[in-house]
Amino acid sequence: MATKVTMEALSPTMEEGRLVKWLKNEGDAVAKGDVLAEVETDKAVMELVARGAGVMRARLAAEGDTRPVGELLAVIAEKDENIDAILKKAPAAAAAPSAPSAPSAPSARSAPTAPPPSPAVPAPSAPSASSTVVPTPPASTPPSHPNGGDHRARSSPLARRLASARGLDLGRLQGTGPGGRIIRRDIEAAASTELSGEPTRAAARAAARADASAPRAAGDFEDVPLTQIRKTIARRLAESNGPIPTFFLTADFDLTSVREMRTRMIALGDEFKVSYNDILLKVIATALAQHPEVNAHWLGESIRHHHRVDLGMAVAVEDGLITPIIADADRKGISEIARESRELAKRARERKLAPEEYTGATCTVSNLGMFGIDEFTAIINPPEVAIFAIGAVGDVPVVVDGELAVRTRVRITMSCDHRAVDGATGARFMQTLRRLIENPLMLVF
Amino acid sequence: MASFDVIFLGGGPAGYVGAIRCAQLGLSVGVVEREGLGGTCVLWGCIPAKALLESAAVAHRAREAKTFGVNVGEISTDYAVAMKRSRAVSTQNSKGVEFLFKKNKITWLLGTGTLTGKKTVSVKDAKGTVTTHDAKKAIVISTGSRVKGIPAIGLTLDKQNILSSDDVLVLEKAPATMAIVGCGAVGVEFGDVFNEFGTKVTMLEVAPTMLPVEDADVANELARSFKKRGIEVILNAKIDGTKIGKGSVTLSLSAPEKKEMTFEKVLVAAGRAPNIDGIGLEAVGVKLTDKGFIQIDDRMRTNVEGIYAIGDVTGRQMLAHKGEREGMVAAEAIAGKSGHHVNYGNIPSCTYCHPEVASIGMTEQQVKDKKIEYKVGKFNFSANGRARTSGETEGFVKIIRDAKYGEILGAHIIGAHATEMIHELAVARENEFTIEEVDLAIHAHPTLSEAIAEAALDSVGRMIHA
Repeated sequence: MATKVTMEALSPTMEEGRLVKWLKNEGDAVAKGDVLAEVETDKAVMELVARGAGVMRARLAAEGDTRPVGELLAVIAEKDENIDAILKKAPAAAAAPSAPSAPSAPSARSAPTAPPPSPAVPAPSAPSASSTVVPTPPASTPPSHPNGGDHRARSSPLARRLASARGLDLGRLQGTGPGGRIIRRDIEAAASTELSGEPTRAAARAAARADASAPRAAGDFEDVPLTQIRKTIARRLAESNGPIPTFFLTADFDLTSVREMRTRMIALGDEFKVSYNDILLKVIATALAQHPEVNAHWLGESIRHHHRVDLGMAVAVEDGLITPIIADADRKGISEIARESRELAKRARERKLAPEEYTGATCTVSNLGMFGIDEFTAIINPPEVAIFAIGAVGDVPVVVDGELAVRTRVRITMSCDHRAVDGATGARFMQTLRRLIENPLMLVF
Repeated sequence: MASFDVIFLGGGPAGYVGAIRCAQLGLSVGVVEREGLGGTCVLWGCIPAKALLESAAVAHRAREAKTFGVNVGEISTDYAVAMKRSRAVSTQNSKGVEFLFKKNKITWLLGTGTLTGKKTVSVKDAKGTVTTHDAKKAIVISTGSRVKGIPAIGLTLDKQNILSSDDVLVLEKAPATMAIVGCGAVGVEFGDVFNEFGTKVTMLEVAPTMLPVEDADVANELARSFKKRGIEVILNAKIDGTKIGKGSVTLSLSAPEKKEMTFEKVLVAAGRAPNIDGIGLEAVGVKLTDKGFIQIDDRMRTNVEGIYAIGDVTGRQMLAHKGEREGMVAAEAIAGKSGHHVNYGNIPSCTYCHPEVASIGMTEQQVKDKKIEYKVGKFNFSANGRARTSGETEGFVKIIRDAKYGEILGAHIIGAHATEMIHELAVARENEFTIEEVDLAIHAHPTLSEAIAEAALDSVGRMIHA
């Protein structure tokens, strides 16, 4: 029985992927679970894993090719099996989800954040991937009658109807209702973050076809093809500065107390060596925990205030940026944040981040201080409603009690999505920040 | 001086339920309460008012008894007896809460509480003795609300002529005439009671409908029913002044028409104010909303760490069951559990006059204002078998559903036992059932609840019994 290898959705926002490298040649024996190829998604380089066993009979994409999700890339079959029918239908077959196109290994890794399976059901002994993967018959669940169907215990009737109308696959959503049940707000959240949905994917394919470049004289320019990450940045940022009414709040913060604390921490030994950025991450996370209205997502028809602070931090990588997440940053110590942010930044630069490590931040921090930027404004990463831009830490002359003095200061600019955060709300947040930065002892409480 | 994990200021439905939930979660709890446990609900609100309404219902049924083939002779009423029974029911319920406190090892700190710090509360008892207590984890403000009168138009409560609901609950006899200012839940309930006890009742409401928060169809049906029973209902009423005479009160109206009306008593059933004075909020810097209620987040936390607030003192709907749920959410937040938040959009609203009124979700006007496409299903109790058997055929069930997805946007019931029936739709909405699931659930025959199933069917154009 032949197995079709298709371009899989290896990240939640992935619409197409670039085949970086084949790891199996035609004629090679393939076991189920073998890595067939490396694929660059919009965020990282991921592995494409074999869904069936046999021999790699045909490879239909060359290294460097970009293919939409769902398109046929290769065929695995018995050595002498006739695969002509599959090959003949290749273009048409590409669209059909006949091969299991459900999330593979990387999605399986997101299992810890998924609702725990019912304790009454023992986990199947199959590879862990299959226990979290629900096969994807798109919108085929009968929405009207609640009898039977594996979604019954996990989703509300209204959620099923909304999902079916919007072409969302319930199997890929994470519920926030009682017992992890998928309810209306989860559907709305998914729709607003474009978690899946054929229409979007189809639109992306159409756009890709339309944007063929016109020929020009060679030599006086260099055409640099867009990488997947660059495309995503463009799409996301245009989306941000267009429909999102943003305003900015900038304030100068006195770091005298923070500097004192940091000096003392460093004196305590290497494991306490932290940067100003680490301390400011902790401060912002603590303030976010106190201001759920800022630690929020704009969902179109509602605003989700998060009670957990999953803080994104912008990291520059070779050809763009990515925002890995420090989960529960408000509950972590500064040295833990320091350790984790170093590790995440390193793995971001190596493109080794798993999707769940950079998706779903509740708020984000960007720091260009190390480039000598005094202050700047950062662009909100939707559906988040705010982002913080940290400038350079430096000694500046200030007037204290009528006298000129030298103080260590930093300038932080908060970009606010006015749809969710009003001026006064943002200003109150900045007040909390000031209180924490100028009295870092409060971080202990 | 004692030390607790949590101290509640106020032992009403929000405070006592929060206290019990805290105790269940292993926290030591003290509750400051100066009067009796159960608060306004048990002592001066829900419970005694419902006891009087039950007396009114019995009187009403007795008058109809003859048509059911039961002769009860001449009917007369005695408000004093009804009042004493109502007080006894209140006391019994309050004792019930005392028992629950003992069972859960909760300490009742008898007296008036004041915050003296972020973690300390002082309690002054009736003799003036002050003791101070520590709250190691949290202080919860559940001081509730009180009636406040409308002094701007001369309606200052005086316990003689101009009365609050607290005062009429202990009247010795029903007055000959009474004006009730405000046709909200409290007003219409007492209007119903005093009408049955022989008082000539005049209801005054500034809004264009009775029960202004309810669906307009329901409010109009209620006005029709009240008028039929001889209760005068004056809507769009504007009172300009009040003259207090000897054993009478004269109200000057400038709208809907200019006239003076004289009554033996006036019941002011409009306006409640949060109890925030003299409890030390300023000392610890607890922030208030623009309307003067305590500002809280979705885990009932105020702006001051370790201080929570629940119930009427936080505003929104002033309902015992809202306060109770907030008490549970606060308890779980204090114990470090991440429970579900209060779904303020799905709190049933119940009024126990006759016919009863109950609703959940949005009114038709609210749905229109939100520009949601909707369909209405309606079924009259006059076509319901069970309602005919009991002779209670007034009213209807009205369900408003989303046109596309069948979501139940709002449900409104007016009729006998409406306040019991609404919970089917509360459960349906909380679980996001659509109109279809309500229909698929088989409703027993003959019951009043069949009217809900029929209204659901009507919203999809498939009603059977009409």
